This record gives sequence, C-alpha cells and structure tokens, in this order.
Amino acid sequence: MADKIRVLLAKPGLDGHDRGIKVIAAAFRDAGFEVIYTGLRQTPEQIVTAAIQEDVDAVGVSILSGAHMILFPAILELLKKEGGEDILLFGGGIISKEDMVDLKKAGVAKLYTPGATTTEIVDWLKSAVKDKKSDEKIL
Amino acid sequence: MSLYDKFLDGSVIALSRIISHIENLRPGYQELLSRLYRRTNGIYRIGLTGPPGAGKSSLVNLLAGQLADDGRRVAVICVDPSSPFTGGAFLGDRIRMQDIPVDKGVFIRSMGSRGSTGGLAAATSNVTVALDAFGFDTLIIETVGVGQMELDIIDACDTVVVTLVPESGDAIQALKAGLMEIADVFAVNKSDRAGAEQMLYDLKSALEMRTEKSKWEVPVIATQALHKKNTEELLRLILEHKSFLETSGQLSHIRGLQLQKKVETVITRLVFRDISSNILSDGVLEKAVDKIMKGEEDPYSAGMRLYKRFKLGS
Repeated sequence: MADKIRVLLAKPGLDGHDRGIKVIAAAFRDAGFEVIYTGLRQTPEQIVTAAIQEDVDAVGVSILSGAHMILFPAILELLKKEGGEDILLFGGGIISKEDMVDLKKAGVAKLYTPGATTTEIVDWLKSAVKDKKSDEKIL
Repeated sequence: MSLYDKFLDGSVIALSRIISHIENLRPGYQELLSRLYRRTNGIYRIGLTGPPGAGKSSLVNLLAGQLADDGRRVAVICVDPSSPFTGGAFLGDRIRMQDIPVDKGVFIRSMGSRGSTGGLAAATSNVTVALDAFGFDTLIIETVGVGQMELDIIDACDTVVVTLVPESGDAIQALKAGLMEIADVFAVNKSDRAGAEQMLYDLKSALEMRTEKSKWEVPVIATQALHKKNTEELLRLILEHKSFLETSGQLSHIRGLQLQKKVETVITRLVFRDISSNILSDGVLEKAVDKIMKGEEDPYSAGMRLYKRFKLGS
C-alpha cells in the first residue's frame, strides 16, 4: 500500500481570511490526504517546526496580505536549515505574475491564484509527491 | 549515514521520518522497533480522552507548556479520525496548541486513526517507543473525540484523564460502564457553563458507589482551559497519580499487562498477515462467496473449510 500523502496547511502573517484554505483542506481530506491545519497568524518558524515534526510531503500556505515576497522565502530558508529541503512548498493568494516568476525561481514548487480549481490542485499535489522519491537507508 | 544513525545523533527530522516508517508499516519496521525498544527508558505517558469538543487539545496545550517549563522533555501525540470513505483526515488538534513556544523543544505529532475504532491509531503505541528512545521523558496522548467504548487509551498510557463538559450527562450517565470507569482523574472542562456543579456532584457520587475500591481515590476537578483556570491543579493531580503508581507498585503491574497485550498484538498481526496472503489470496474468498450465493455452501462451513486448509498449509 502506498504511503498516505501528508500536507501541512497554514496561514502565515497577519491576514485572517481563512475561507480559501479551509476549502483546500476539505478537498485534500476528501482526496484521501492527511491534512494538518495549523490555523491563522503563523510565523515561518512555527510553520517549519510543524512541517518537520509532522513529516509532511508538502506545505501549503495561503497569503492574501501582499507579504508573499517575504514569507515564502523565509519558509524556504528555514526548511532548508532544518533539513527539510525535500518538502514541497506551494501556495495560493493574490500574487502578481512578476512575483510568481521570482518565487518559483527561489524554489516555491507551485502557486495558485483566484480561479484555480480544487481538482487541479489535488491532481498536481498527487503527481508532485509521486515524483519525490527518497532512497534514504533506514538502518 | 542511515536514518537510524541520525536519530541516535538527536536529529528531530530523523525522529519524524522514523515515526512515518512505523506508521506506514514500511518494510523493516519491526526490526526498527525492536532496536528502538531496547533504547527506551520508561517514558511517563498521560492520556487525555473524552467527547469531541470537550477541550482536550486546549488542555494538552497548557499541560505540555507547564511540563516543559518544569524542565521535562515533552512529546505530544494527538489522534484525529480518518475518513472511513476516503482514508483522508483533517488533523486539527495542533491549532489549539499554539501557546507552546517553538523553542521549548516540545514535539507534537498528529496521527489519523486510519481504520482503528478504539480512539487511537493502530501505530500510536509503537510511535511511543520511538519518542521514548529519542529521549523524551513525558508523553501526552490525546485520543480522537470518544463516546462510551473507545478505550484503547488504557493500553497506551499510565495515567488516564477523562475530560468531560457540564453537558456530558446526568447521574445515570455517570454510572455507566466504559469511559466512566477508566479515569484516573476526571476533568470537567468549560466549567463556567451551567450545570458544572451538578456534573461534579454526579461524578463524585458515582465514584462513591464503586464497590471495587482502589487505593487511588479518583479526583474530580473543574477546569477552564480557555481561562487557564485550575489547569495547574490538574497537572498536580496527574503527577500525584504518577507518584502513586510508582510507590504502590502499580506502574510495573499495568506495564506488565500492557506488554502482554503488545506481544499478543504482534502475534495477531503476523497471523493475520499470513491469513490474508494465504487464505484470502487468489480469489479464494470470492469463489467461496459464489458457492454460498448459489446455495452450495453456507458461510460457516466455508469459513471452517478455509481455516482448516490454512492450518494444514502452515
């Protein structure tokens, strides 16, 4: 049996609009994933600590505040620092095309803007996790 | 360097990934567990159980923080239900545990129940072994929200806290078997709500009616996790129970019983694996059902026939 896909969903920073991320959480749950939701106003440190402890395949963040150019890189850097560079970081929000190019260059795996369907997000995550192989020796 | 070596080096991400190996029963997990078991130090395990929405996670949030402040190395396992339809889960306990500062080294792991119906996941007590071997000395296990009969927690911990709310029922509910029997400590949370006094009274009188007297008198305490009311007192009662277990010899007694069940579980799982790979392979079961539907056999003799075949084969 294949391992269950585990995803952490969080809202970093100060905006409190969590309707979108809750819709995504429900879609992931219904797709058979284990979704860990850590809620509002999370610092990058809190998000990365949770991602490491929960051994998730991916971290999804929703940012509607405009602070994405600060928060995404901060999360990426901390993930790397904690040895979790193989954890996929993806997100959604109000993000300009120019910023999207820069963020992808920096290492964000995928970004979604208004209009994205839950089906396409679910399908993307399934295939992205499948491509991520680990050959780490256990013992 | 193997994952296990990194684990021995104290790497948190290695611990986290080892937990996934155990949870997903990846090849070699038994060998991994027996190595980990040999490094355990008898971690003290507190279990929190009770109905959904009673405030278990919020209490864990405060208890874990207090224990960490006292210099203990604390881990938390919180279990939430997995969907019986899709296998998916929304693990939302962590959201209540925001007061635990990240720098305190408290390790929190959420688990989906994944088909188990006893309030925990099948792998929960095995994950405990990894946390113990890693060096944590205190563990809090939070069950899924339970009803009256999801009691797996008693086999996975040393002290059971049953968390209720003023609306959890009357004197009749307090007398029922199951959940109401397993508490080492009762916490009536959200005790600012109407009916809290009555609930406390009903619990206390139900306890007085017990004929099987233990040397441990089960305390009943009113708490309010939201306002941090009486939560320090709750922790004091929990730790008092811990001392009782240690001084009365009860601790080694219950751990002995738990180990007996553990070995049984290991055997049952192996036998079950054999059954599913030998008896239930190659459409044997489907063929049997076909015969039963045609009226050529009945389910009872089909079961006995297949079991006999398995026994002869082994």
